[in-house]
Amino acid sequence: MITIIDYKAGNLTSVKLAFESIGQKVKITDEPKEILQAEKIVFPGVGAAKAAMDSLKSLNLIEPIRKVIADGVPFLGICIGMQVLFESSEEDGGTECLGILPGSVKKFKTSDKICKIPQIGWNAVKITRKHPIFDGIEDESEFYFVHSYYPACSDKNNIIGQTEYADAVFASAAGNKFLAAVQFHPERSGRIGLKLLENFSNWDEGC
Amino acid sequence: MLTKRIIPCLDVRNRKVTKGVKFQNNVELGDPVEMAVAYSDGGCDELVFYDITASAEERPIDIDMVRQVAKAVHIPFAVGGGIKNIEDMRQVLLAGAEKVSVNSLAVQNPDIIAKGAKLFGSQCIVLGMDPVQVEKSDKFPSGYEITIQGFRTRTGLDALEWAKRAEGLGAGEIVVNSVDADGTQAGFEINLTRLIAENVGIPVVASGGGGTYQHLIDVFTEGKADAAIIASMIHTGKFTIKQIKDKLTAAGIPIRRKW
Repeated sequence: MITIIDYKAGNLTSVKLAFESIGQKVKITDEPKEILQAEKIVFPGVGAAKAAMDSLKSLNLIEPIRKVIADGVPFLGICIGMQVLFESSEEDGGTECLGILPGSVKKFKTSDKICKIPQIGWNAVKITRKHPIFDGIEDESEFYFVHSYYPACSDKNNIIGQTEYADAVFASAAGNKFLAAVQFHPERSGRIGLKLLENFSNWDEGC
Repeated sequence: MLTKRIIPCLDVRNRKVTKGVKFQNNVELGDPVEMAVAYSDGGCDELVFYDITASAEERPIDIDMVRQVAKAVHIPFAVGGGIKNIEDMRQVLLAGAEKVSVNSLAVQNPDIIAKGAKLFGSQCIVLGMDPVQVEKSDKFPSGYEITIQGFRTRTGLDALEWAKRAEGLGAGEIVVNSVDADGTQAGFEINLTRLIAENVGIPVVASGGGGTYQHLIDVFTEGKADAAIIASMIHTGKFTIKQIKDKLTAAGIPIRRKW
């Protein structure tokens, strides 16, 4: 059973449908109690970091999230769900985040009019560290991205995949032990994205 | 490197994909869900569905079709045509579409862009535009005028001014659909695509007129498009997406190669 945290940060339909298509049962919840009992947790989200953090606070989800990550429950952050795991984000004039991963979230900069911000589309992920979520996935495979801010991970031991865009080479995938976080949308990344979600669904040993 | 997207367009009428030339003489091509799966498996990067009868016949959008597509393919797809209000947008996005595309509605009620962007995020809101070439003038400095309702109504809006305004309102992407080129397979509208791409900060998608490899190469290099919508050239079976991607790669254009 995959438990998806619903903290009112965007549409969860595609994440749910993607897990169901690989035969997983899915529960969508904003209940701290259900999150504390979950076997595997997906933490998706789109939108702004501050709105996401405010929503986590008002739903009393911050402590349950810290606890399940500390307890080693397999946990997958996606997009904003990845960004808020870092210490802070430049978005909305500076937003304090969860501080579970080291580093901060920065805005892409470019003077090239043809390089658009947000980054929207398929970009390659260079796998920089062996990790169960990338099992059976070829290096430099493309995934679907939609974002204006990127994670600048300050400890390279936590970086598992890197992507280049605008002025940045950024951590498009990061993690530790039972935690994985991706800036791209595996649920929108075709067969290769589904493979990553399948790897997550089968992940039961730390790394 | 961010890759250029190839986006098949499926015009849907009564749950069947159709294709016409300059919005006329439509013929039925197949089932939209089956075609979506085939194109996704074939390596397309995104899909767009226009429920073309929805607005002409004032029928509601076929939400059930959106749901079926979302279950069957796991790449981004947009839905346009017949979106009448915020509630329609919500329904389409909750059914599993990544984006909604507004065209005539946005001209008549530009605030829908701002409202949609605020509620669902700019990345969900695509502005579709149907420009036609006109004499350059003070009123039309770009030399292109926006039309609505499938070319039937002229609006007096300059295409570039409208693109900039839509960006300011919160549109996340702009589809430049050339009415003159639609279905002709005679090449994309390169000049206007480039003009808009160089003057807005959001991705620009070229649509209408793609018929050969060279048309696609041109629209990505000279036209500076971030993505291209194609229909006739693949619906007829003349080209596969893989063949198109092989040629674009050989021409040095960044393209997604693994799927």
